[in-house]
Amino acid sequence: MPAQGMYGLWSMIKKGEYTENCNKAKHSSIMSKRKVQDAHLPVGECITEVQKMLRERLCHQRLPDKPEGVEAQHRHLLELLKRTAIHGESNSVLIVGPRGAGKTMLLRCVLRDLLEDKEAQTSLLQVHLNGLLQTDDRIALKEITRQLHLENVVGDKVFGSFAENLGFLLEALKKGDRSSSRPVLFILDEFDLFAHHKNQTLLYNLLDVSQSAQAPICVVGITCRLDVLELLEKRVKSRFSHRQIHLLSSATLAQYVERVQTQLSVPDDFPDTKFAQEWNDSIKVLCEDKSVEEVLQRHYNSSRDYRSMHMLLMLCLSRVSVAKPAIKPADLLEASRLCFADAKANMLHGLSILELCLIIAMKHLNDLYEGEPFNLQMIHNEFKKFLQRKSNSMYNFEQPVIMKAFEHLQQLELIRPVDGSSAKTQREYQLMRLMLDHSQIMDALQKYPQCPTEVKQWAMSAFG
Amino acid sequence: MKYFTRLRVRRVYTWRGKPLRFNRKLKTFEYGSLSISVDGLPRTTIINAGQHILIEGEDEDNPYVAKVVRLFGDESGKQKKAVVQWFARVSEVPPSKLKLLGREPHPQEIFYYQGRSCDDEVNAESILRPVQVKHLDGAAPFPDSDDKDTLFVKLSWDSKTFKLVESAVVESASEPTPASSPPPFPKPSLPPSPPRSPPAAAPASRGPSRRALPTPDPSIMHRASSGDVRYRRATMSAGKASAAEAESLHSTSKLSASKCLSAKRRCSSASTPGVRKKLQLNSPEKMTREDLVDHLLDEDLESVMLAQRLSSSPPQAHSLTPLSKSHRAPVPPLTHRLVPLAHRLTPFRKTLGDPAGEDHLKPSDSPPSSAREDSTRAATPSRKKEAKTPREPALAALAEVDNENSPMLPHALTPRSSKRKSAQLVSSRIRKQLNLLDNHRLSDSDGEEEDEFVPSKKELQSSSEEEEEEEEEEEEEGLDSDEETVGKRSRRNAAGSLTPRSKRKTHVSNRTPRKTPNKKITPGTPRTPRHATPSIPSRSLPARCPGNVLEEARARLHVSSVPESLPCREQEFQDIYSFVESKISDGTGGCMYISGVPGTGKTATVHEVMRCLQHAAEVDEIPPFHFIEINGMKMTDPHQAYVQILQKLTGQKATADHAAALLERRFSNPAPRKETTVLLVDELDLLWTRKQNVMYNLFDWPTRRHARLVVLTIANTMDLPERIMINRVASRLGLTRMSFQPYSFKQLQQIIMSRLNKVKAFEQDALQLVSRKVAALSGDARRCLDICRRATEICELSAAALVGMSHVMEALNEMFSSAYITAIKCASVQEQLFLRAVITEFRRLGLEEATFQQVFVQHQALCRVEGLQPVGVSEGLAVCQRLGACRLLLLEPSRLGVLQRVRLNASQDDVLYALKAD
Repeated sequence: MPAQGMYGLWSMIKKGEYTENCNKAKHSSIMSKRKVQDAHLPVGECITEVQKMLRERLCHQRLPDKPEGVEAQHRHLLELLKRTAIHGESNSVLIVGPRGAGKTMLLRCVLRDLLEDKEAQTSLLQVHLNGLLQTDDRIALKEITRQLHLENVVGDKVFGSFAENLGFLLEALKKGDRSSSRPVLFILDEFDLFAHHKNQTLLYNLLDVSQSAQAPICVVGITCRLDVLELLEKRVKSRFSHRQIHLLSSATLAQYVERVQTQLSVPDDFPDTKFAQEWNDSIKVLCEDKSVEEVLQRHYNSSRDYRSMHMLLMLCLSRVSVAKPAIKPADLLEASRLCFADAKANMLHGLSILELCLIIAMKHLNDLYEGEPFNLQMIHNEFKKFLQRKSNSMYNFEQPVIMKAFEHLQQLELIRPVDGSSAKTQREYQLMRLMLDHSQIMDALQKYPQCPTEVKQWAMSAFG
Repeated sequence: MKYFTRLRVRRVYTWRGKPLRFNRKLKTFEYGSLSISVDGLPRTTIINAGQHILIEGEDEDNPYVAKVVRLFGDESGKQKKAVVQWFARVSEVPPSKLKLLGREPHPQEIFYYQGRSCDDEVNAESILRPVQVKHLDGAAPFPDSDDKDTLFVKLSWDSKTFKLVESAVVESASEPTPASSPPPFPKPSLPPSPPRSPPAAAPASRGPSRRALPTPDPSIMHRASSGDVRYRRATMSAGKASAAEAESLHSTSKLSASKCLSAKRRCSSASTPGVRKKLQLNSPEKMTREDLVDHLLDEDLESVMLAQRLSSSPPQAHSLTPLSKSHRAPVPPLTHRLVPLAHRLTPFRKTLGDPAGEDHLKPSDSPPSSAREDSTRAATPSRKKEAKTPREPALAALAEVDNENSPMLPHALTPRSSKRKSAQLVSSRIRKQLNLLDNHRLSDSDGEEEDEFVPSKKELQSSSEEEEEEEEEEEEEGLDSDEETVGKRSRRNAAGSLTPRSKRKTHVSNRTPRKTPNKKITPGTPRTPRHATPSIPSRSLPARCPGNVLEEARARLHVSSVPESLPCREQEFQDIYSFVESKISDGTGGCMYISGVPGTGKTATVHEVMRCLQHAAEVDEIPPFHFIEINGMKMTDPHQAYVQILQKLTGQKATADHAAALLERRFSNPAPRKETTVLLVDELDLLWTRKQNVMYNLFDWPTRRHARLVVLTIANTMDLPERIMINRVASRLGLTRMSFQPYSFKQLQQIIMSRLNKVKAFEQDALQLVSRKVAALSGDARRCLDICRRATEICELSAAALVGMSHVMEALNEMFSSAYITAIKCASVQEQLFLRAVITEFRRLGLEEATFQQVFVQHQALCRVEGLQPVGVSEGLAVCQRLGACRLLLLEPSRLGVLQRVRLNASQDDVLYALKAD
């Protein structure tokens, strides 16, 4: 959940900026058209322009002209929404796909295409909800009412109790009919979270309206959970049309590489055509590079979604400068290294020798007792054994110092107390677990600057 | 929409005299008359057999009218019943049938009711007071100057036609015959001893009025509000503290010019002074103490009002106060002259008013000054207790009318001048306190005050249309003449006659501050959002109609399109129909429980039944009934059910507790001419509460004798009553149950066929495939229709003319196939490897659960086997989280890092199948 929450908020922030940036983009494209006459710009300006353009693309602030690899789904959704907007047919649909598969992008593309139609544009009302924001039906109802500008909205405020709002909305929808009311498009982002609302009242009512002769509505749910239908109560489920659009990309490696190339290429209407040509050529060369292909293969193996690819390309792009006005394979390698870097191993590099020793002691304890939890006293004993063997007072620390180091490790969440034992016992005897894998510890030791050899040996020895 | 926050007054009903006869079989005693008194108040009202009475109903402004046929009670004296003959008010006749009348009904017209389905036995405790009913010949015009409390009968009404009615039927009791009214002299009900405290009188008269009152005279309200602005100034200057100020504040701002105008017009057209005179001439001797109190108050205000009216030129205000006092001069001709010569007559007051007043008071056996003081002061506590809204402005208005219409005010003979100031001070203080109290008590409903803008039909008629101003005047005059008749009667039956009059007054005042501001507000004007009409804006272009066969088919197959008939549910339809129909025609109540899995047509069938029944009611095959519907899913809280039922039944808004109380009252009291209510409760299981009182009430009401409530409940589970209901609830639900079986494939096929209705869009085989598939899975008709719709879309894409097997198959696959296998197939290499590692680890452990750390070891091993670069822990965790987000894996919270436990959310076989398929 927290991961999802963080992700969701982040993506929402980005999506929220969309319109604003869209305007800017439009503005800049007008500007750039004016500049077409003087074809050659200084390299610096070209670089800035390219970076700006690509960043917008990579940060999901600018829709692609055509969604790639999801043409069928695009057509299906567009037809469906068109029927709602123009024929007044009520519908419900779910867009399901893993994170970063382009669900929202697909919907936005469809909406953009739909609203090119004048008739649809004038009649369609949109309500955007997000399960992370509208955490219960009360808030969701207020938001719906606000976005629909129903008559119980004063300015931007919605008054009335939950029951009143629900009654009002239902009454409003009930009064409408297929041919004369404006169709309403309900977009429920993170649809699965709405299923956790009490009694699923909102979903029941929206889906019920979509299945009855009331105001035409289309409920579009966006979710990444494949089992979302199982979350719905049976009467809610029965009212859902069971239309699901799955976004499961099955791109091959070749397609993946091609996608990288198109994502990095600049369009033909770039102000400086010569620079654009050069840039696109360099990208082409880059994608054909052997080492680059290996890196991309690895990324492809890891995940095929757009988001991780964009992350990688973003890192590459930021290494472009006036001095180096192209992406080189080395940039991609470096970016890839950053992407795959192990977060915990990096943290280990910042530890003191004592803390590292404690970690190693814990590793030995883990080996010895097969993952059973341990406490500070055990670690200290293990550490003392090591010190006695080495008969070397260099690492002879006082108990409080060790205690402090131990606490620091806990703060870094490299160790965490076993659930439930934290409150009662003394700190020395609190049971702990190590949150690191052996490979992480060994990796970190390899790269630790000036690590004493005896510590290294101790870590690598089979026995404590 | 009203908030019934006003206090109800407890009335005490007692039999008068000995029982006339005793019915052995029923063990009931029949009585000649009944007396009604209000708690702690001396005055009583006598109801005799044969008298016309008002009976408490749903509409407070228009209580039911009936004639008492018989009064009887049981041995214990606890139950008091009355058998009555009903009369229908104009508002009770359906508007569509009113056309049969062929003329505009008179507002005070009532019809002798001969219709069926009307319980003629009422609880005696619902009787409010007697009323005058006069029979008129068919051709005779309605008398002009009749008051509001006299009603006229010309025709009878049997719910279909109007017929002329015999005068004997009606008139027999319009003047109580000596035989039926045992006390020939009305005094007995009055306080026998002089020193009894009069203050109780005010509440006595006001109390019952709260329960049911005649329509307030709009003209009075107009008047009351029209003078507000000036009134205040005048009151101030006259040294009378802001009695009505607080309440006038509401109205002043919203006053419309037309109101002022009409009020003025009426003032100037003083009419029927004679009537008034008669009343006042004959009443004084019999004036009771209660009356005095009322009159004292009246006069206070009357003077104020007068002052206020004349004080459009402020400087005059001071001199005007005495002027009004001079009205109390006992010499009729003098006062007569006083009106035109307003300000010159000031001295008369002092000279004439006092002594005559003193004289006059003597007959009522009280020391002149102290009694008055007593009365005003003593009125305070009781008012605080009882009154809700000060009645001053209305009273003033009333009094003002008096002033204008009849120059001579007999009760003005009371000695006013000496103690006047103090009395006024006291009374104004009372009012202030009352205002405070009132505000306090109504603080809840204050916000919703404007909800009350739906006036009763009569008010609408008379108040909203300017042309009907004359009628208002008539009413006002009628009012006066009512005073007169009351006055007349008061000699003989003081108690009986006093009540209605003062009731009306108080009632008017009760309403004045709330109604006046609202009345002129047209629905179109911008209001607070509370009154917003819920609606979705309408589109500029109408929605396009289906263009081709497939689109047509798709439109017909949409679940929302209402079919001409519901096929395959004939038996269920029949059962429900006969159940409800029998209950409606018997006028009884009952419960039915309907269960069935979703999409089996439960709600649709009930709706169909209701459509048929409503049609039957329209053509008069069965009595008319009310159909209301609530849905457990469409409310935020089970207790909202009460609110919704009440709102749908009566249009009132109330809080849940209050609505429950109102409904309880409605269903347990015998209300005359009550239509059967059919209540559909959908998704019953959502109404479950810990104490189950919502369900209990829903099932208990139909068992009440007078409820006439049929409750149809719908839920999904067959054994809901056994599973979630406590015994007393389940027992009340009864055993009338019906279960809707899932549709069989034949039925589903028939449903589709009937929907398509000869639109040739599907191959027969394709239909069969769909229906068989759905019948095998759930038997949900919605699913079936949705699949067919999707199939038409696929067909459209493939440009085929007819929906064939392949299209249906594709649609079925889309809707029913689990996405897990596709998702695994489409997953990245590392994700697939991780899944494989999970299964390997599970096999190794022999458990269906492992920590990430354990799986990760396997994963790295597999990477080496596959010749891939081993992944780091962070990357592995990311892979794991991605699978968890899709719910291919079930994970513990991610803060546990490598220690989080991993489980598969699909069967191992499925995963292995998907992994091998590459």
